[in-house]
Formats: sequence, C-alpha cells, structure tokens
Amino acid sequence: MFDFLSGYDLLGAFWVTVQLTLLAAVGSLVWGTLLAAMRVGPVPLMRGFGTAYVNIVRNIPLTVIILFTSLGLNQTLGVSLGSQDFDTINFRLAVLGLVAYTSAFVCEAIRSGINTVPVGQAEAARALGLNFTQVLTLVVLPQAFRSVVGPLTNVLIALTKNTTVAAAIGVAEAALLMKEMIENEAELLLISAVFAFGFVVLTLPTGLILGWVGKKVAVKR
Amino acid sequence: MSGSSVLYDAQGPRARLRNVVYTVVFVLALVALVWWVYRSLSDKGQLDWEKWKPFFSGSEAWTTYILPGLKNTLIAAAVSMLIALPLGALFGIARLSDHVWIRVPAAVIVEFFRAIPVLILMIFGNALFSEYTSVSSDDRPLYAVVTGLVLYNSSVLAEIVRAGILALPKGQTEAAQAIGLRKTQTMTSILLPQAVTAMLPAIVSQLVVIVKDTALGGAILTFPELLAAVSPMSSYYGANTIASFTIVAVIFVLLNFSLTSFASWLERRLRRRKKSTGAVLAPAAVGGTESAGATV
Amino acid sequence: MKLRKVTAASAVVLALAVTATACGSNDDKDSGSSGGGKKIAIGIKFDQPGIGQKTPQGYTGFDVDVAKYVAKKLGYDEDQIQWKEAKSADRETMLQRGDVQFIAASYSITPEREKKVDFAGPYLLAHQDVLVRADDDSIKSPADLNSKKLCSVTGSTSAQNIKDKLAPKANLLKYPTYSACLTGLQNKAVDALTTDDSILAGYASQAQFKGKFKLGGFKMTNENYGIGVKKGSDLKDKINKALEEMVADGSWEKAVKANFGPANYQYDPAPKIGDVKP
Repeated sequence: MFDFLSGYDLLGAFWVTVQLTLLAAVGSLVWGTLLAAMRVGPVPLMRGFGTAYVNIVRNIPLTVIILFTSLGLNQTLGVSLGSQDFDTINFRLAVLGLVAYTSAFVCEAIRSGINTVPVGQAEAARALGLNFTQVLTLVVLPQAFRSVVGPLTNVLIALTKNTTVAAAIGVAEAALLMKEMIENEAELLLISAVFAFGFVVLTLPTGLILGWVGKKVAVKR
Repeated sequence: MSGSSVLYDAQGPRARLRNVVYTVVFVLALVALVWWVYRSLSDKGQLDWEKWKPFFSGSEAWTTYILPGLKNTLIAAAVSMLIALPLGALFGIARLSDHVWIRVPAAVIVEFFRAIPVLILMIFGNALFSEYTSVSSDDRPLYAVVTGLVLYNSSVLAEIVRAGILALPKGQTEAAQAIGLRKTQTMTSILLPQAVTAMLPAIVSQLVVIVKDTALGGAILTFPELLAAVSPMSSYYGANTIASFTIVAVIFVLLNFSLTSFASWLERRLRRRKKSTGAVLAPAAVGGTESAGATV
Repeated sequence: MKLRKVTAASAVVLALAVTATACGSNDDKDSGSSGGGKKIAIGIKFDQPGIGQKTPQGYTGFDVDVAKYVAKKLGYDEDQIQWKEAKSADRETMLQRGDVQFIAASYSITPEREKKVDFAGPYLLAHQDVLVRADDDSIKSPADLNSKKLCSVTGSTSAQNIKDKLAPKANLLKYPTYSACLTGLQNKAVDALTTDDSILAGYASQAQFKGKFKLGGFKMTNENYGIGVKKGSDLKDKINKALEEMVADGSWEKAVKANFGPANYQYDPAPKIGDVKP
C-alpha cells in the first residue's frame, strides 16, 4: 500500500521542515521581541517604525515575502548570506523571510503579554530607579513571556505549517517533495494523507507540550 | 497595563537628548538602507519606467490581469468566511458541551484541521472534487480553495468562539441557571449574544488570514487569484517581476489594512458601548486566551 | 446584536452558499464530449511569450496558432474555443480528467508521458538550449555551463537534464516561473536561463528584450512537441490530419515566422507526423 514512498527521501524533507522551523523560530523570537520593545519604547520614531513594520508585513501573503527574499534580496540586491550555492542561499533566504513574517506576529503576542503585566509592577520598578531597558528586561518582559507561552505556541505551530511556502523558491522541504510525488505517482489522496500525518506529528506534540509548559509557568493572578 | 508610558519616566532634558540621538542614528540607518535598496534597484534597471509603465499608463494591465484576480481573491475569501463562520460557531459550542461524546469528537476534529497546512487541505479538496463529484473543471479550483480555507478557518473560528464564551464572567451562566433557563437557552439567549460582540474584531482579523491564504490556491491549483496573475502579467510585460510583485503586495496591504482598521474601529466602538458585560476579545488577545486560534 | 438575527443571517448565508454550489456545478459539464455546436476546451500556457501568452488582446503564440488551426479543422470557430491554463505539472491530470479535449502547451513527447496520455504530432522539434546576455561570450559549449550559475523552472525536465547529464556541476537556481529567472539574468545574478529553445526564442523576441539576450544554439536535447489527448481518444487521428494540412498549406511556416521570427531562431523544418526524435 505504501510502495509509492520508496525512492523518496520523506524523512529528509521533513528534517528540512524542522530545520526551517527551528531556525526561523529562534530568529523571529529575537527580532519580534526587539520590535515589541520598539513599539513600547520612548523613541517616537522607533514606535512608528515598529507599528508600520507589523502592519505592512502581516498583511502581505507569505509567498510574496519569500519570493521577494530570493528575487529582490538575492537576485537584485546581491545579498548571498555567505554562500555561493543556490540551494544553501535559498534555504537561508527562506529562513530570513520566515523570520521577517513571523516576527510581526511574535511582536503582537509579546505586546499583548506586556499588557497583562499589572501597572504596579512597572511603577514599582521605576520607583526603584530602573531605566526603560531595565524595567523591560528585568521586570516586565520576564512576566510577559510567561503569560504568552500559549499565543507563542500558536505562532510556532503556524510557523511550522508556513515553512511549506519555502517550496516557492525551491527549498527541498516537505511540500516540495509532496508536489513532486503528486506529479509522479497516482495515489494522490494517500500522499496527501501521509504528509498531513507528518505535520500532525510535528505540530500536535508541540501544542501539547508547550500548552503544559504554559500552564506551569503562567503567573497566577 | 494600558498605556505604554508606564514603562518609562517622564523625560527630562538628558533623556530627551538621548532620544534625539537615538532618533538620528535610527533615521541614518533607515536612510542608508533605503538608499542602498534604491541604488541597487536603479543600477539593475528595475526602476526603469518601462517596467512600471503598464501599471501607471493605460488600464490594460489592470483589466486583463489584476482586477479579475482581485475579484477571485475576494470571492474565495468571502464565500469561505460565510461558510466557516456558522461551522466554527457550531464546533466552538460543541467543544463546550457537557456530553463527552460531543465534546471529544469536536475537539479532535478542530485540533486535527488546525494542525495541517492549508495547502495540503486544498490539494486534498481538489482531489476529492475531481474524483467523487461532477463539479465542472472551471469551478473546481474555487471549490478546492474554499474547502481548504473552510476546514482550516472554521476550526480556528471554533477556538475564537470558545474563547469568547469562556471569557464571559461566570456570573452570567450562574444567573441564567438561577432564573431557571435550560442549557440551550443559556447558550443561545445569554452567552452567545454577548460572546458574538466580543468576538467580532477577532473574526474580522481572521478574514485577513483568509484573504492572504487564497494566494496558496493560485500557486498550486491554478486558481486564478491575485497573486497568480503575476505570472502571465510579468511574462507579457518583459519580466517585470519586481514591479509586478510590488504592485500586488501593495494591493494586499491596502486591502488587509482596511480590514484590520475596520477590526480595531469595531473593537473601540464595542468597548465604548458598555452594553455588553463581556470583555472584548482583541485580535491579539484571542491568542492570549489559552489554546485559542493563532491568527497567523 | 440579538442572537436571532445572527443565526438567521448565518442560516441565509449558508443556504445561499449551498444553492450557489448546486447551481454552479451544472454549467458546461458536457464540454468533455466533442460535439458540433458546442465549445471546445483547449489547454495552453498563459505565461510563455511566443508559445502561449495571455495578453490584453487575447491569447497569442505558436501553440495558440496551432491549436486554433486544429480546432478549425475539427469544426470549431475561434469564439467556440475555451482556453485553459495548463501548467506543466497539471497536463496529464487535466487530460485524464477530461478538463480539456487537447493540450498544446510546449508539451514534449516522452515515454513516461505516453504511458498516461496519447500524443498527436509532433508539430515542432525544439531543443534544450540556454539564453544568455547578449554581451556574454563566456559560454561557448554546454561544458562551459559547469562553472556557471543557471536558472530553470521547478520540476522541469530541463532542470533535471542539467543536473543529471549536461552540466552536473552547474549552480542551479529553481524558480516557479521563467520571468523570475529572466529578472535574475538581467540583473547578472545568474549567467544563463535554460529550457527549450522555442520558449527562449519567444522571450528573446519580446520588444522589451530586443538585443539584450541571445540563444546559445547548443541543441542539447530533442524536444518533440506533441498535442496531448486523452488515452485512447479518437481525436488523435483527426488532429494528426489537421497538422499535416497545416504544414502542407503553409500555415505552419507562417505561424513559426510570426511568433519566433524576431529572435533569429533557427527552427527545424516541420517534423513528420509520428516521427519522434529520441
């Protein structure tokens, strides 16, 4: 029944999906936190930049962003991210595109987390003489992160599924393999089912484990 | 924490000076970036009038490629939303049922469809329609796209509905029970009406997700939506891919930005109107309630 | 907002959606069977200038001209033709499902494809070639490609040929469309675009590209363009006859000149029906 799987590197393709997810997750957590900091910070221009960035990026289809990283950044602006080989370049560009897109959602999640921290916390911190960076990094963000594990998990799951868009610039992840298999094999429904199952295996445990972690670390108020 | 200004002190002369320095550095960095992009684009001839002309002189490009694509994008998004909304409400309520045999299957279905990429759901829908129905090949891509979007988004909407109902104060249910309403009555005449108002902004911003996701149908199912219009358009106008994608991206941003603006206007309006006791679920806050749908 | 209104509204909406679905499905379901006064659905490319291109004035290209001629001989006028986009990956499935009666979309006859569909023709002999910038003289033979940056389309046989035998060491970039590749070629981010010379000639003939690109002229493979029909279809013989007439009455020559002429494309003479060059 599963003869059609032979000759295809299914695990390899899903491994690329996992790599894309993990790298983009780390990148978008960092960039998304920075964006959130800009949006609540004292410099008006940075606030404006953060708002504009989030509003533009999250309204563009991811496919366009991914294609832009390759067509625009690489083919026009000449950014090659330290590699000569197109396969490597496009993998890195896909990570970059996913980071650019996902960080907008990370930023919004963290901002909603900052809103759940009681005003008294920040006021007390300021009364102690802490400056903005210290208030944010020592007092507010640690509490905010604990309350947004749930939303961030959802963003991570969405990111896992969004890596399929990297197929648009030829990154050999799961969706590209699926497309190739559908072109060559007859068992369309079975192939879809196998790949659907693969994604369920990747995303469901993530949701369950992080959901448990979220409950564990949540600040009880 | 409402105003962000609680995070920092009122600014004295030194803080203001520091802000000015930060602003200047930031502006310089941005300008340098924009200049570099501009120089590279114009060096490579990507800003040549020839590449942009089709969009700004004459309406051919719009009437042949862009507007028909936009129309299909809007149709697919609207139909998906209209079908997904009642389905989502149904599953959201089912997940709150007291009966295990309703609650558990509903939960399994919702979690399953949320875990699978929409693209795979669309391909699956396309195969279903061509194997088992007599839908004409003209309509099939639309049907497949709508199927994929409905399956995914109704499970996300189910979570929004569930979160909206759970966010209502417990007193509402208790009061309803105290005056002798049955479970169905409590749900339909007390909880849902309040939850619907609270959920509206979140629902509208889910529409943005749907609009963006129609683009997946163009890539793989030859559904002639807005993004798919770029391919014949850029080949006809001498490979002006950068210009074509930019124009299409701007249209998406404008379209979705007006939707999100509508969502936040709705949110403000509902918040001001103190009629409902339930908290308003802000688009971002939907993710905030545990295990609610990510609007990504 | 009262709940009754909401439920009523959603009920109406759902009902509308269901009825819309029910109505929509009955339209031209019969287009699958070839009949006298009915429409004929033909699969072509929408994004290959010179071959099959959607333009504000309608559809143009060599494949389109051939398809129009064949349709005429089958008894269909131009306004009875329903053009459908046939992306490379979808072509066999479209024929098997009966979405279109035949496909003329730079469709090379290969043994693998012949297992799934039947081919009339061939009606054009094309070859895999490269398109390079007009001022670039560094690619003189296919072997030179090994040290170059190439671009081709995801899932195409041209990309596979390069990796498998022609230039395995070449740095190959894969995009969804040829236009994206051309952008890279113009920007000097890639050195050559590789696919069938007929497609390349179509791009090079565009007014915007006059004098900017040239064909390598390597003839690396033989691509026999055929007209795909459903396996066992009786259309195959009729189309073959139409193609023979097209060559005989000079319409073939005229179509080739009109579509590929400006690019100085050295096209092969019209192939004999059934003469598939390996």
